[in-house]
Amino acid sequence: MTTRTLTPTSGPAGTRLLGFGSTQGNRVVTNDDLARIVETNDEWIQQRVGIVSRRLGEDDQTVVSMAVEAGSKALASAGLSPADVDQVIIATCTMPGPIPNAAAQVADQIGIKAPGAFDLNAACAGFCYALNTASDLVRGGSARRVLVIGAERFQEWIDWQDRANCIIFADGAGAAVVGPAEEPAIGPAALGSAGDLVDTIYLREGKYIYQEGQSVFRWATTQIAPVARRAVELAGLQLSDVDALVAHQANLRIVEAVARKLQTQGARDDLVVARDIVHSGNTSAASIPLAIDHMLATGEISSGDVLLLVGFGAGLSYGGQVVICP
Amino acid sequence: MSNEEITEGLAGIVEEVAGVDADDVTTEKSFVDDLDIDSLSMVEIAVQAEDKFGVKIPDDELANLKTVGDAVNYIAKNA
Repeated sequence: MTTRTLTPTSGPAGTRLLGFGSTQGNRVVTNDDLARIVETNDEWIQQRVGIVSRRLGEDDQTVVSMAVEAGSKALASAGLSPADVDQVIIATCTMPGPIPNAAAQVADQIGIKAPGAFDLNAACAGFCYALNTASDLVRGGSARRVLVIGAERFQEWIDWQDRANCIIFADGAGAAVVGPAEEPAIGPAALGSAGDLVDTIYLREGKYIYQEGQSVFRWATTQIAPVARRAVELAGLQLSDVDALVAHQANLRIVEAVARKLQTQGARDDLVVARDIVHSGNTSAASIPLAIDHMLATGEISSGDVLLLVGFGAGLSYGGQVVICP
Repeated sequence: MSNEEITEGLAGIVEEVAGVDADDVTTEKSFVDDLDIDSLSMVEIAVQAEDKFGVKIPDDELANLKTVGDAVNYIAKNA
Protein backbone atom coordinates (compact mmCIF):
# COMPACT_ATOMS: atom_id res chain seq x y z
CA MET A 1 0.00 0.00 0.00
CA THR A 2 1.35 3.39 -0.96
CA THR A 3 0.80 6.36 1.29
CA ARG A 4 -1.14 9.08 -0.49
CA THR A 5 -1.79 12.47 1.03
CA LEU A 6 -4.76 14.46 -0.15
CA THR A 7 -4.47 18.20 -0.52
CA PRO A 8 -5.57 19.76 2.77
CA THR A 9 -8.21 22.49 2.66
CA SER A 10 -8.09 25.69 4.58
CA GLY A 11 -9.96 28.96 4.60
CA PRO A 12 -9.97 32.33 6.30
CA ALA A 13 -10.04 32.72 10.08
CA GLY A 14 -13.50 34.17 10.04
CA THR A 15 -16.61 34.91 8.05
CA ARG A 16 -19.06 37.75 7.89
CA LEU A 17 -22.40 38.73 6.45
CA LEU A 18 -22.03 40.87 3.34
CA GLY A 19 -25.64 41.81 2.59
CA PHE A 20 -29.32 40.98 2.95
CA GLY A 21 -32.33 40.90 0.64
CA SER A 22 -35.94 39.76 0.89
CA THR A 23 -39.32 39.51 -0.76
CA GLN A 24 -42.83 38.53 0.30
CA GLY A 25 -46.06 37.38 -1.20
CA ASN A 26 -47.79 40.27 -2.97
CA ARG A 27 -51.18 39.63 -1.38
CA VAL A 28 -51.76 41.23 2.03
CA VAL A 29 -54.19 39.02 3.96
CA THR A 30 -55.70 40.61 7.07
CA ASN A 31 -57.32 38.84 9.99
CA ASP A 32 -60.68 40.14 8.78
CA ASP A 33 -59.99 38.51 5.40
CA LEU A 34 -59.46 35.18 7.19
CA ALA A 35 -62.63 35.67 9.24
CA ARG A 36 -64.54 35.54 5.96
CA ILE A 37 -63.31 31.99 5.17
CA VAL A 38 -62.95 30.39 8.60
CA GLU A 39 -64.49 30.84 12.07
CA THR A 40 -62.10 33.33 13.65
CA ASN A 41 -61.72 37.04 14.40
CA ASP A 42 -59.10 39.75 14.54
CA GLU A 43 -59.00 39.99 18.35
CA TRP A 44 -58.56 36.23 18.82
CA ILE A 45 -55.74 36.01 16.27
CA GLN A 46 -53.88 39.03 17.63
CA GLN A 47 -54.19 37.73 21.17
CA ARG A 48 -52.99 34.20 20.35
CA VAL A 49 -50.23 34.79 17.84
CA GLY A 50 -49.77 38.55 17.54
CA ILE A 51 -50.36 38.64 13.79
CA VAL A 52 -52.24 41.60 12.30
CA SER A 53 -51.73 40.63 8.65
CA ARG A 54 -49.64 38.20 6.63
CA ARG A 55 -48.45 38.06 3.02
CA LEU A 56 -49.33 35.27 0.59
CA GLY A 57 -47.86 34.80 -2.85
CA GLU A 58 -49.60 35.19 -6.19
CA ASP A 59 -49.71 32.03 -8.31
CA ASP A 60 -46.36 32.85 -9.93
CA GLN A 61 -44.59 33.56 -6.63
CA THR A 62 -43.06 30.16 -6.02
CA VAL A 63 -40.37 29.10 -3.56
CA VAL A 64 -37.92 29.34 -6.46
CA SER A 65 -39.05 32.71 -7.81
CA MET A 66 -39.11 34.34 -4.38
CA ALA A 67 -35.67 32.89 -3.59
CA VAL A 68 -34.35 34.33 -6.88
CA GLU A 69 -35.69 37.78 -6.01
CA ALA A 70 -34.40 37.75 -2.42
CA GLY A 71 -31.04 36.33 -3.49
CA SER A 72 -30.56 38.91 -6.24
CA LYS A 73 -31.34 41.73 -3.80
CA ALA A 74 -28.87 40.32 -1.26
CA LEU A 75 -26.12 40.25 -3.91
CA ALA A 76 -26.94 43.83 -4.89
CA SER A 77 -26.86 44.99 -1.26
CA ALA A 78 -23.47 43.30 -0.85
CA GLY A 79 -22.21 45.04 -4.00
CA LEU A 80 -21.45 41.69 -5.60
CA SER A 81 -22.20 40.12 -8.95
CA PRO A 82 -23.40 36.54 -9.48
CA ALA A 83 -19.88 35.51 -10.51
CA ASP A 84 -18.65 36.30 -7.00
CA VAL A 85 -20.68 33.44 -5.50
CA ASP A 86 -19.60 29.80 -5.69
CA GLN A 87 -22.15 28.09 -3.43
CA VAL A 88 -25.91 28.38 -2.96
CA ILE A 89 -27.89 26.95 -0.05
CA ILE A 90 -31.66 27.16 0.17
CA ALA A 91 -33.34 26.46 3.49
CA THR A 92 -36.90 25.40 2.77
CA CYS A 93 -39.52 22.83 3.74
CA THR A 94 -42.25 23.85 1.29
CA MET A 95 -41.03 22.92 -2.19
CA PRO A 96 -43.86 21.26 -4.19
CA GLY A 97 -41.96 17.94 -4.02
CA PRO A 98 -38.61 16.48 -2.98
CA ILE A 99 -37.17 16.59 -6.52
CA PRO A 100 -35.85 18.83 -8.02
CA ASN A 101 -34.21 20.93 -5.35
CA ALA A 102 -34.61 24.69 -5.41
CA ALA A 103 -30.96 25.72 -5.09
CA ALA A 104 -29.67 24.72 -8.51
CA GLN A 105 -32.48 26.43 -10.44
CA VAL A 106 -32.34 29.51 -8.21
CA ALA A 107 -28.60 29.82 -8.86
CA ASP A 108 -29.16 29.42 -12.59
CA GLN A 109 -31.90 32.05 -12.68
CA ILE A 110 -29.78 34.52 -10.72
CA GLY A 111 -26.97 33.92 -13.19
CA ILE A 112 -24.50 32.11 -10.93
CA LYS A 113 -22.68 29.69 -13.20
CA ALA A 114 -22.59 26.09 -11.92
CA PRO A 115 -22.08 26.73 -8.19
CA GLY A 116 -22.36 24.06 -5.53
CA ALA A 117 -26.07 24.05 -4.79
CA PHE A 118 -28.29 22.20 -2.34
CA ASP A 119 -31.43 22.55 -0.23
CA LEU A 120 -31.42 22.11 3.51
CA ASN A 121 -34.46 21.17 5.61
CA ALA A 122 -34.40 22.12 9.24
CA ALA A 123 -37.87 23.64 8.92
CA CYS A 124 -38.17 26.90 10.89
CA ALA A 125 -34.57 26.53 12.13
CA GLY A 126 -33.40 26.26 8.52
CA PHE A 127 -31.84 29.68 8.15
CA CYS A 128 -29.63 29.31 11.23
CA TYR A 129 -28.48 25.88 10.02
CA ALA A 130 -27.84 27.12 6.49
CA LEU A 131 -25.96 30.17 7.75
CA ASN A 132 -23.76 27.98 9.92
CA THR A 133 -23.14 25.58 7.04
CA ALA A 134 -22.23 28.48 4.76
CA SER A 135 -19.86 29.94 7.30
CA ASP A 136 -18.15 26.58 7.81
CA LEU A 137 -17.89 26.00 4.04
CA VAL A 138 -16.01 29.29 3.74
CA ARG A 139 -13.85 28.72 6.81
CA GLY A 140 -13.05 25.19 5.65
CA GLY A 141 -12.00 26.40 2.24
CA SER A 142 -14.81 24.69 0.29
CA ALA A 143 -16.35 27.96 -0.84
CA ARG A 144 -15.39 31.60 -1.16
CA ARG A 145 -18.78 33.26 -0.96
CA VAL A 146 -22.09 31.57 -0.23
CA LEU A 147 -25.60 32.78 -0.99
CA VAL A 148 -27.91 31.58 1.80
CA ILE A 149 -31.65 31.86 1.25
CA GLY A 150 -34.62 30.91 3.39
CA ALA A 151 -37.68 30.59 1.14
CA GLU A 152 -41.15 29.25 1.85
CA ARG A 153 -44.52 29.12 0.14
CA PHE A 154 -46.92 27.72 2.72
CA GLN A 155 -50.29 28.35 1.16
CA GLU A 156 -50.57 24.94 -0.54
CA TRP A 157 -49.54 23.25 2.72
CA ILE A 158 -52.30 24.89 4.76
CA ASP A 159 -55.78 23.53 5.49
CA TRP A 160 -57.76 26.74 5.13
CA GLN A 161 -60.51 25.30 7.36
CA ASP A 162 -58.07 24.64 10.22
CA ARG A 163 -58.52 27.82 12.23
CA ALA A 164 -55.73 27.06 14.66
CA ASN A 165 -53.05 26.85 11.97
CA CYS A 166 -54.21 28.70 8.84
CA ILE A 167 -53.90 32.04 10.65
CA ILE A 168 -50.18 31.59 11.28
CA PHE A 169 -48.24 30.72 8.14
CA ALA A 170 -47.25 32.85 5.15
CA ASP A 171 -45.06 33.10 2.05
CA GLY A 172 -41.74 34.87 1.61
CA ALA A 173 -37.99 34.65 1.18
CA GLY A 174 -34.97 36.24 2.85
CA ALA A 175 -31.35 35.96 1.77
CA ALA A 176 -27.86 36.74 3.00
CA VAL A 177 -24.40 36.57 1.47
CA VAL A 178 -21.61 35.02 3.55
CA GLY A 179 -17.96 35.71 2.78
CA PRO A 180 -14.48 35.62 4.30
CA ALA A 181 -13.33 37.98 7.05
CA GLU A 182 -10.18 38.52 9.06
CA GLU A 183 -12.21 39.06 12.22
CA PRO A 184 -15.05 36.57 12.79
CA ALA A 185 -18.45 38.27 12.46
CA ILE A 186 -20.53 35.08 12.41
CA GLY A 187 -20.30 33.19 15.69
CA PRO A 188 -20.25 29.43 16.21
CA ALA A 189 -23.74 27.91 16.12
CA ALA A 190 -25.48 26.24 19.03
CA LEU A 191 -27.34 23.45 17.25
CA GLY A 192 -29.56 20.70 18.58
CA SER A 193 -32.72 18.67 18.16
CA ALA A 194 -35.53 17.05 20.10
CA GLY A 195 -36.62 14.15 17.92
CA ASP A 196 -38.74 12.74 20.74
CA LEU A 197 -41.16 15.62 20.08
CA VAL A 198 -41.46 14.87 16.34
CA ASP A 199 -45.22 14.37 16.69
CA THR A 200 -45.86 17.94 17.81
CA ILE A 201 -45.38 19.51 14.35
CA TYR A 202 -46.30 17.42 11.33
CA LEU A 203 -48.24 17.24 8.08
CA ARG A 204 -51.77 16.12 8.83
CA GLU A 205 -52.98 13.58 6.23
CA GLY A 206 -49.52 14.07 4.76
CA LYS A 207 -50.72 17.36 3.32
CA TYR A 208 -51.32 20.15 5.82
CA ILE A 209 -49.04 21.73 8.40
CA TYR A 210 -50.32 21.06 11.88
CA GLN A 211 -48.90 21.77 15.31
CA GLU A 212 -49.91 20.83 18.81
CA GLY A 213 -50.14 24.42 19.96
CA GLN A 214 -49.74 24.00 23.71
CA SER A 215 -46.89 21.47 23.45
CA VAL A 216 -44.93 23.56 20.96
CA PHE A 217 -45.56 26.72 22.99
CA ARG A 218 -44.34 25.04 26.18
CA TRP A 219 -41.23 23.70 24.44
CA ALA A 220 -40.36 26.97 22.74
CA THR A 221 -40.96 29.20 25.76
CA THR A 222 -38.83 27.02 28.04
CA GLN A 223 -36.15 25.50 25.78
CA ILE A 224 -35.19 28.25 23.33
CA ALA A 225 -33.81 30.91 25.67
CA PRO A 226 -31.10 28.45 26.84
CA VAL A 227 -30.14 27.82 23.18
CA ALA A 228 -29.85 31.56 22.61
CA ARG A 229 -27.77 31.90 25.76
CA ARG A 230 -25.48 29.09 24.59
CA ALA A 231 -24.95 30.83 21.24
CA VAL A 232 -23.85 33.98 23.09
CA GLU A 233 -21.44 31.95 25.22
CA LEU A 234 -19.99 30.22 22.14
CA ALA A 235 -19.36 33.64 20.60
CA GLY A 236 -17.44 34.65 23.72
CA LEU A 237 -19.90 37.44 24.53
CA GLN A 238 -22.29 38.33 27.36
CA LEU A 239 -26.05 38.66 26.97
CA SER A 240 -25.58 42.36 27.72
CA ASP A 241 -23.52 42.65 24.52
CA VAL A 242 -26.52 41.71 22.37
CA ASP A 243 -28.20 44.64 20.63
CA ALA A 244 -31.07 42.79 18.97
CA LEU A 245 -32.82 39.43 19.30
CA VAL A 246 -34.01 38.04 15.99
CA ALA A 247 -35.83 34.84 16.91
CA HIS A 248 -37.77 32.75 14.42
CA GLN A 249 -41.11 34.53 14.03
CA ALA A 250 -43.26 31.62 15.17
CA ASN A 251 -45.68 33.45 17.42
CA LEU A 252 -45.27 36.89 18.98
CA ARG A 253 -45.97 35.45 22.43
CA ILE A 254 -43.12 32.96 22.04
CA VAL A 255 -40.78 35.69 20.81
CA GLU A 256 -41.68 37.96 23.72
CA ALA A 257 -41.41 35.14 26.27
CA VAL A 258 -37.91 34.29 25.03
CA ALA A 259 -36.92 37.98 25.14
CA ARG A 260 -38.28 38.39 28.68
CA LYS A 261 -36.40 35.30 29.83
CA LEU A 262 -33.15 36.59 28.35
CA GLN A 263 -33.71 39.99 29.96
CA THR A 264 -34.01 38.37 33.40
CA GLN A 265 -30.66 36.69 32.69
CA GLY A 266 -28.60 39.69 31.64
CA ALA A 267 -29.90 40.95 28.30
CA ARG A 268 -30.39 44.70 28.30
CA ASP A 269 -33.73 46.43 28.86
CA ASP A 270 -33.19 48.26 25.56
CA LEU A 271 -32.73 44.97 23.68
CA VAL A 272 -34.33 45.38 20.25
CA VAL A 273 -36.71 42.47 19.63
CA ALA A 274 -37.72 41.47 16.10
CA ARG A 275 -41.52 41.55 15.84
CA ASP A 276 -41.76 41.12 12.08
CA ILE A 277 -44.44 38.44 12.50
CA VAL A 278 -47.02 41.18 13.15
CA HIS A 279 -47.23 42.04 9.44
CA SER A 280 -45.42 39.08 7.87
CA GLY A 281 -46.83 36.00 9.61
CA ASN A 282 -44.70 32.93 10.20
CA THR A 283 -42.58 32.27 7.12
CA SER A 284 -40.53 29.43 8.64
CA ALA A 285 -36.96 29.39 7.26
CA ALA A 286 -37.48 32.83 5.72
CA SER A 287 -38.56 34.59 8.90
CA ILE A 288 -35.16 35.50 10.35
CA PRO A 289 -33.54 37.01 7.21
CA LEU A 290 -36.87 38.65 6.34
CA ALA A 291 -37.00 40.28 9.77
CA ILE A 292 -33.37 41.42 9.55
CA ASP A 293 -33.89 42.92 6.09
CA HIS A 294 -36.99 44.80 7.28
CA MET A 295 -35.24 46.01 10.45
CA LEU A 296 -32.29 47.28 8.42
CA ALA A 297 -34.72 49.17 6.17
CA THR A 298 -36.52 50.81 9.10
CA GLY A 299 -33.30 51.58 10.97
CA GLU A 300 -34.23 49.41 13.99
CA ILE A 301 -30.82 47.79 13.58
CA SER A 302 -27.73 49.08 11.84
CA SER A 303 -24.25 48.09 10.75
CA GLY A 304 -22.09 46.80 13.58
CA ASP A 305 -24.98 45.75 15.84
CA VAL A 306 -24.68 42.42 17.62
CA LEU A 307 -27.61 40.26 16.54
CA LEU A 308 -28.65 37.09 18.34
CA LEU A 309 -30.40 34.71 15.94
CA VAL A 310 -32.31 31.64 17.09
CA GLY A 311 -34.47 29.32 15.00
CA PHE A 312 -36.66 26.40 16.09
CA GLY A 313 -39.31 24.26 14.50
CA ALA A 314 -40.45 20.93 13.08
CA GLY A 315 -38.21 17.97 13.76
CA LEU A 316 -37.87 19.36 16.28
CA SER A 317 -34.64 21.08 15.22
CA TYR A 318 -33.19 24.23 16.71
CA GLY A 319 -30.11 26.39 16.42
CA GLY A 320 -28.79 29.85 16.94
CA GLN A 321 -25.75 32.06 16.54
CA VAL A 322 -24.51 35.57 17.10
CA VAL A 323 -23.74 37.68 14.03
CA ILE A 324 -22.53 41.21 13.46
CA CYS A 325 -24.94 43.20 11.33
CA PRO A 326 -23.37 44.11 7.95
CA MET B 1 -47.76 23.02 52.03
CA SER B 2 -51.43 23.73 52.79
CA ASN B 3 -54.08 24.21 50.13
CA GLU B 4 -54.32 27.85 51.21
CA GLU B 5 -50.61 28.34 50.60
CA ILE B 6 -50.84 26.65 47.20
CA THR B 7 -53.81 28.85 46.27
CA GLU B 8 -51.91 31.96 47.29
CA GLY B 9 -48.81 30.92 45.34
CA LEU B 10 -50.86 30.01 42.29
CA ALA B 11 -52.75 33.31 42.46
CA GLY B 12 -49.45 35.16 42.34
CA ILE B 13 -48.44 33.25 39.20
CA VAL B 14 -51.81 33.87 37.53
CA GLU B 15 -51.51 37.57 38.30
CA GLU B 16 -48.01 37.72 36.84
CA VAL B 17 -48.80 35.74 33.68
CA ALA B 18 -52.30 36.91 32.86
CA GLY B 19 -52.63 40.23 34.68
CA VAL B 20 -55.60 38.96 36.73
CA ASP B 21 -55.82 40.46 40.23
CA ALA B 22 -54.55 37.79 42.64
CA ASP B 23 -57.55 38.41 44.93
CA ASP B 24 -59.84 37.23 42.12
CA VAL B 25 -58.05 33.88 41.86
CA THR B 26 -60.22 31.79 44.18
CA THR B 27 -60.81 28.05 44.14
CA GLU B 28 -64.27 28.06 42.55
CA LYS B 29 -63.18 30.18 39.54
CA SER B 30 -62.84 28.65 36.08
CA PHE B 31 -59.60 29.67 34.39
CA VAL B 32 -61.21 30.08 30.98
CA ASP B 33 -64.75 31.21 31.75
CA ASP B 34 -64.23 33.36 34.85
CA LEU B 35 -60.63 34.56 34.61
CA ASP B 36 -60.48 34.79 30.79
CA ILE B 37 -57.19 32.89 30.58
CA ASP B 38 -56.38 31.32 27.21
CA SER B 39 -54.69 28.01 26.48
CA LEU B 40 -51.23 29.51 25.96
CA SER B 41 -51.36 31.46 29.22
CA MET B 42 -52.40 28.19 30.91
CA VAL B 43 -49.15 26.68 29.64
CA GLU B 44 -47.15 29.59 31.07
CA ILE B 45 -48.97 29.24 34.40
CA ALA B 46 -48.28 25.48 34.40
CA VAL B 47 -44.58 25.97 33.68
CA GLN B 48 -44.23 28.48 36.52
CA ALA B 49 -46.27 26.28 38.87
CA GLU B 50 -43.98 23.35 38.06
CA ASP B 51 -40.98 25.41 39.14
CA LYS B 52 -42.61 26.85 42.22
CA PHE B 53 -44.22 23.69 43.57
CA GLY B 54 -41.88 21.00 42.22
CA VAL B 55 -44.64 19.20 40.35
CA LYS B 56 -45.04 17.96 36.75
CA ILE B 57 -48.13 19.18 34.89
CA PRO B 58 -48.14 17.57 31.41
CA ASP B 59 -50.34 19.11 28.70
CA ASP B 60 -52.90 16.29 28.85
CA GLU B 61 -53.28 16.81 32.62
CA LEU B 62 -53.44 20.55 32.13
CA ALA B 63 -56.55 20.11 30.00
CA ASN B 64 -58.33 18.62 33.05
CA LEU B 65 -57.59 21.55 35.33
CA LYS B 66 -60.71 23.61 34.67
CA THR B 67 -60.88 25.55 37.93
CA VAL B 68 -58.35 27.05 40.29
CA GLY B 69 -59.48 24.42 42.82
CA ASP B 70 -58.70 21.61 40.31
CA ALA B 71 -55.17 22.98 39.97
CA VAL B 72 -54.69 23.38 43.72
CA ASN B 73 -55.85 19.80 44.35
CA TYR B 74 -53.62 18.46 41.57
CA ILE B 75 -50.58 20.27 42.97
CA ALA B 76 -51.36 19.19 46.55
CA LYS B 77 -51.62 15.56 45.42
CA ASN B 78 -48.56 15.47 43.16
CA ALA B 79 -46.05 17.84 44.75
